[in-house]
Amino acid sequence: MSIQGKAYIAGIYEHPTRKAEGIPIAQLHAEVAKGALEDAGLSVGDVDAYFCAGDAPGLGALSMADYLGLEVRHVDTTETGGSSYLVHVNHAAQAIAAGKCRVALITLAGKPRTGGAQPGRAPMAMQPPDAPFELPFKPSVLNVYAMCARRHMHDYGTTPEQLAWIKVAASHHAQHNPHAMLREVVTVADVVNSPIVADPLHRLDCCVVSDGGGAVVVVAPEIAAALKRPKVRLLGAGEAIKHMQGGQVDLSFSAGKWSAAKAFEEAGIRPADIKYASLYDSFTITVLMQIEDIGFCEKGQGGRFVADGNLISGIGKLPFNTDGGGLCNNHPGNRGGMTKVLEVVRQLRGEAHPAVQVKNCNVALAHGTGGFLGIRHGSATLILERV
Amino acid sequence: MAEAKSDAFSADLALALYWEAARASRLLLKHCRDCGKTHYYPRPLCVFCMSANTDWLEAAGVGTIYSWSVERRATPPYAIAFVTLPEGPTLLTAIVDCDLDALAIGQHVTLGFETREGQPVPVFRPA
Repeated sequence: MSIQGKAYIAGIYEHPTRKAEGIPIAQLHAEVAKGALEDAGLSVGDVDAYFCAGDAPGLGALSMADYLGLEVRHVDTTETGGSSYLVHVNHAAQAIAAGKCRVALITLAGKPRTGGAQPGRAPMAMQPPDAPFELPFKPSVLNVYAMCARRHMHDYGTTPEQLAWIKVAASHHAQHNPHAMLREVVTVADVVNSPIVADPLHRLDCCVVSDGGGAVVVVAPEIAAALKRPKVRLLGAGEAIKHMQGGQVDLSFSAGKWSAAKAFEEAGIRPADIKYASLYDSFTITVLMQIEDIGFCEKGQGGRFVADGNLISGIGKLPFNTDGGGLCNNHPGNRGGMTKVLEVVRQLRGEAHPAVQVKNCNVALAHGTGGFLGIRHGSATLILERV
Repeated sequence: MAEAKSDAFSADLALALYWEAARASRLLLKHCRDCGKTHYYPRPLCVFCMSANTDWLEAAGVGTIYSWSVERRATPPYAIAFVTLPEGPTLLTAIVDCDLDALAIGQHVTLGFETREGQPVPVFRPA
């Protein structure tokens, strides 16, 4: 069964806060849920399915359905790190296509700045089996993604300056977003002259750390038809997990190679048809590898592809993360998948900031990489169209 | 003594021999008698074919750096790496007793053991 044409994204909301002093995580979930439902023109009583990931407090969907007052007949708490929310959109579309629900609410919220949670560390219910073989070496999001960048430079000649162009492009977009944490336009020199945090990544190769959240409402076609908002329809989706493979470690590609191939097959289109892409940008290297794995260029050519402003809206061939992305705008709860969905919907609706709105943006893509690229991560790809 | 913390790890019966060897500065990998492949970190069921017919294979104690990084914000900075063993697996590990500015992909390294939080862990030094 395909999801093509079976589900629409009817409501979105991005919490404006970047520092939620005194606001608990459950309240942030509620505020983004309210915002997305109001955007869609729906009420909480219309919701019959709820999706959340490991950022939700307590027993996840149980605690949050209680807090939000939801009465649902379908629930999904799939956890693939920061890509969870793209997976949730896919699973919501599947559930809608199967007749299990008609209005699916997906929420994310997190407080790494004011809530005590360590950046990059989702709550773990149990010690994972890999822990005694990895944690003594102090892997961090920084040094693990850095090892991917190091290997990419070795294999393909990618340069720090090429990676820097990704941050430069994000900053060009963020200058137009009043909510963005970093609104100052930066140069390649600014990035490569910022301090090394984990060789070969610089401070400006990294995303921001922010409190906040977001929500999405996915609905059945007959619900979308009755709503007044612009119609954004799912064309295809794919998801995949890549791990250490028993020690057969290969840092040259991500699970995005598999998830994107499935999404394009389901959508029946090619990478060249994509007008705008939301790409997970925990680090500049994350974007570079995804661009190759999705098929926007050949493997190893990502450095050349992103250089010289090719990702800047109005200038380059592949406008990306026009909200400023995780690199400059918002990376709520250290989980960037939700904001990737929000901006792709804004672009397809024609509701992005006029300075960065892509002309005739009728087909677009959102892609996420959750967990630790290089150790174990979950990729998810969504392809959407404006109807 | 390291015993108290190590007990938590040796409570996993399938890994008892692994930790016993590690305390003697020997690195054991898991080898599958059915599919012939060697994996790490070790599981009782082969990660490639799910066979229970697995045994231990001692690593020769050499390797090459597949990739590396130095966490510069830590005090003191430290090196983390993927090291590929001639037996097949690539493992996450630390490079110690080294010049942090002279690490390179392809560099030859040799095995040693350090005790970290009571646990004997395999680390590598430049050969």
